[in-house]
Amino acid sequence: MKVSRTAWLFLAPALLVLGVFFLLPVLGALALSFTDYDLYALADLHNLRFVALGNYWVLLHRPQFWSALWHTFYFVLVGVPLSLAASLGAALLLHSPLARCKAFFRTALFVPVVTTAVATAVVWRYLFNTKYGWANHVLGTLGIHPVDWLGDPHWAMPTIILFAVWKNFGYNMIILLAGLQAIPADLYEAARIDGASAWRQFRHISLPMLGPTLLMVAILTVSGYFQLFAEPYVMTEGGPLESTTSVLYLMYEDGFKWWNLGTASAEAFLLFLVMFAVTAAMLRLSRREDA
Amino acid sequence: MNPRLAKAIVNGLLLGGALAALFPLLWMLAVSFMPAGTSNALPPPLWPAHPTLDNYRQLFAHTGMWRYLLNSLLISGAITLLSLACNLLAGYAFAKLRFAGRERLFRTLLGLLVVPAQVAMLPLFLMFKYAGLVDSYAGVVMPGMATVLGIFLVRQYARGLPDELLEAARIDGASEWCIFVRIVLPLLRPVVATLAVLTFLTAWNDFMWPLIQLTGQHHYTLPLGLASMAREHTEGTEQMMAGSVLTVLPVLALFLAMQRHYLDGLLLGSVKG
Repeated sequence: MKVSRTAWLFLAPALLVLGVFFLLPVLGALALSFTDYDLYALADLHNLRFVALGNYWVLLHRPQFWSALWHTFYFVLVGVPLSLAASLGAALLLHSPLARCKAFFRTALFVPVVTTAVATAVVWRYLFNTKYGWANHVLGTLGIHPVDWLGDPHWAMPTIILFAVWKNFGYNMIILLAGLQAIPADLYEAARIDGASAWRQFRHISLPMLGPTLLMVAILTVSGYFQLFAEPYVMTEGGPLESTTSVLYLMYEDGFKWWNLGTASAEAFLLFLVMFAVTAAMLRLSRREDA
Repeated sequence: MNPRLAKAIVNGLLLGGALAALFPLLWMLAVSFMPAGTSNALPPPLWPAHPTLDNYRQLFAHTGMWRYLLNSLLISGAITLLSLACNLLAGYAFAKLRFAGRERLFRTLLGLLVVPAQVAMLPLFLMFKYAGLVDSYAGVVMPGMATVLGIFLVRQYARGLPDELLEAARIDGASEWCIFVRIVLPLLRPVVATLAVLTFLTAWNDFMWPLIQLTGQHHYTLPLGLASMAREHTEGTEQMMAGSVLTVLPVLALFLAMQRHYLDGLLLGSVKG
């Protein structure tokens, strides 16, 4: 039939690109993770050996991998709730009938999202400079001792989290704001007539009605935050004492600094599995709560 | 609560939030105009006492800034144009052209979204290496020529086009290609604008794949050039801020000019279904 032939012709360029530059490499990554592809194999493919699950086995016994996984989890566990809280707070404020100049505030709060992560990470590096940074200057006026934000292993990850929250909260704010605007106004009307306080309206109307949106936003944010890379690359180079080395940062170093592409592929796949498990668990948990 | 107090609290919080969101950007802009070395003082200055364009001049004269800027424009522009072509054709086909296995194929594509892009990067690098395309524009542009999210966006929008219009054109004997170019494309204009802004911004800000693929300074984009300067600590604070301004400003301007389209796309993309 004519239409179906046209359809395949129209689909061909996109499917070709996605197939050759995404699907094929993903399958290739799985194959690569079962080999010892390294600098020698890069020079001469005859040096390539099949090692089955060897890379995975070695990784699971390598403290460096576990600590990178832990740093990534730390970033996700603290960063995602903080981001969502900031997004929800900002959305509620923008939705409030008391707010003025809404269009201006919405744009101002959203602007960090479209800025280039690398450029703003550079800015934050100077703002959190121990000696001349504004962060310590403000703390100083409050009588608090300066903090070595990016040089102290305890503070480096919190600083990166703060940066990520600042950079990303506007994105979910827009989605949650649309969700709030979709809640029928007569629900609030009825609650007000019954004398429900603002807090109870939020707790019993806004929050349950936003439920599905919040879940979707949470899942997308979790998978985004698992892919932490540019921030430590620019702000800390994975340090100090590898305290900001995420799984992807480790993968980048193993793959493109040491050319252990087999190991790096196994790391990428383990990260993928972890992300998949976490987001699937979130979905399942939310379904159980609904039931 | 006293309504005037409530109003003051809501607007006060919004003002505080907006200040927190904008402060790093305004500070970046202010420092970029300060004479070299003057921003490292106590208390840290907020305003350039003697504003100068020297940092920008130095940056263009002594680093590869012009190249980075041109590379960024070239790569983001090429990705935007080519991916628009692929995504529009595919999105329209999924929305309006009937063929066996359409829904299943579309669902398979959506399933690909679960896989993080970084998984593909190591073999992709090897593919380009064996093809002799490492450190080339093509190596950065080609993987970005079609996106699942873009196809999804076009499909969502194109599904709303009236079937009668297409049928009428078919009965009149118009070819499918003719229908797409003459009838469908003009109707898809809003989603074209949305997708163009989204794609350009994403391509401009992209970091990890260009970092892997572009090994020579010659092909660096702005984020890569800036990151390498930041890691080498060769430039002073003021020059680094000027570099950050140059990196951020084009996308910021584009966003402010096309804000509505950008936010439409963000919302359309977030409604899965």
